[in-house]
Amino acid sequence: MTELWALFLSAAFVDNMPLTLFLGLCTFLALSKRPESAIGLGLAMIGVLGVTVPLNWLIYHGVLAPGAWGWAGRPELDLSYLSLIAFIGVIAATVQLLEMVLDRFFPTIHAAFGSFLPLLTVQCAILAGSLFMVDRSYTLAESAVFGVGSGLGFALAVAMLGAVRSRLAYADLPNGLRGLGVAIVLTGLMSLGFASFAQMAVSQ
Amino acid sequence: MGQRVDIIGTLTAPLIRQNPVTLQILGICSALAVTTSLATAVTMSVSLTVVLTLSAVIISLIRRHLPDTIRLIVQIVMVASLVIVIDQVLQAYFSEISRDLSIYVSLITTNCLVLGRTEAFARHNPPLPAAVDAFGNGLGYSVILIVLGGIRELFGRGQLFGWQVLPLADAGGWFSPLSLMLLAPSAFFLLGGVVWAVRSVLPEQAEAPEHVPPATVRAAE
Repeated sequence: MTELWALFLSAAFVDNMPLTLFLGLCTFLALSKRPESAIGLGLAMIGVLGVTVPLNWLIYHGVLAPGAWGWAGRPELDLSYLSLIAFIGVIAATVQLLEMVLDRFFPTIHAAFGSFLPLLTVQCAILAGSLFMVDRSYTLAESAVFGVGSGLGFALAVAMLGAVRSRLAYADLPNGLRGLGVAIVLTGLMSLGFASFAQMAVSQ
Repeated sequence: MGQRVDIIGTLTAPLIRQNPVTLQILGICSALAVTTSLATAVTMSVSLTVVLTLSAVIISLIRRHLPDTIRLIVQIVMVASLVIVIDQVLQAYFSEISRDLSIYVSLITTNCLVLGRTEAFARHNPPLPAAVDAFGNGLGYSVILIVLGGIRELFGRGQLFGWQVLPLADAGGWFSPLSLMLLAPSAFFLLGGVVWAVRSVLPEQAEAPEHVPPATVRAAE
């Protein structure tokens, strides 16, 4: 249990997706102008990462991993080079499904962040979640915890940046720095803060 | 003749003026992650330019046969297949660099730059201009990556392409490396600085202020 908790914390804080691993920065910078849209993006990230990482674990270990076809008498078959296409397909389908379910059962939530749900298909952080899962050979439980944890880390970071940027609307910045420039520098400052989590250790 | 001028314009515009990273906010993720050394930055630039150009040509060739509703899926599968080829080539011939880049080569698939250019340009244009536009954008991306990678490697380790340029203090020289340069925050600061510099030189790129102080206050004083 402690190990899973440690993994959760490290996924959310130590290996924070946008701030230490530079993943998903395009949407991170584009949708953080207002806190409301930033929180919507964060919630969508938690949902999509929490679903796709375990789902891709099942697909990778059931179909693609070396030796997965041992039961069919083909233990030498190694389809892992196909994992990229399989993962992208799963992510695109999940995002589509999530959008349809939200639209059907929770129309208010769908209206709140429906417009940028399809964008999540091409979010590098989501694909990276699945790739890291393979790279670090997580178990199924670990991959679920990792997915939710890194989604939460992303949500925290984007909500914080959204809050700071909405205050900056009234700041008198140099012309060239306004907008994208200051957002990147702010992200750097937050990343400096998150770097201190690197020393974090979980006590029993 | 007009065609030729147009092609040169398409090729050079993304280098600085329409730079994909600093103006269009495309492909920032990989631009920051792989710039701890010049060698990985160059490898990443070449891989991205190849994928971008090939996918732009392919999409532009089938642009009349591609139904609008499924075009995103088709584009992504196309890009993913190209990325798998590049990844296998890198693993086979440059295994050391491939290990340094880890998952970031695979992440070219979801690099917004590739999808952004195929969506915005290749889908509506014949193969030659599409290829030129993609190649130009690839070069613009490479310029940013190489500048960032050069600065970070030079000041972080005193090296360029692994060669010791500045003699280290440990080895009897005078340069003590700034290890902050190799960490995540400095990548953000440097990119922010580059954006600031580009936008100061080209003021028309600066974003309009969100909030303009009311002029009446000053008038009332």
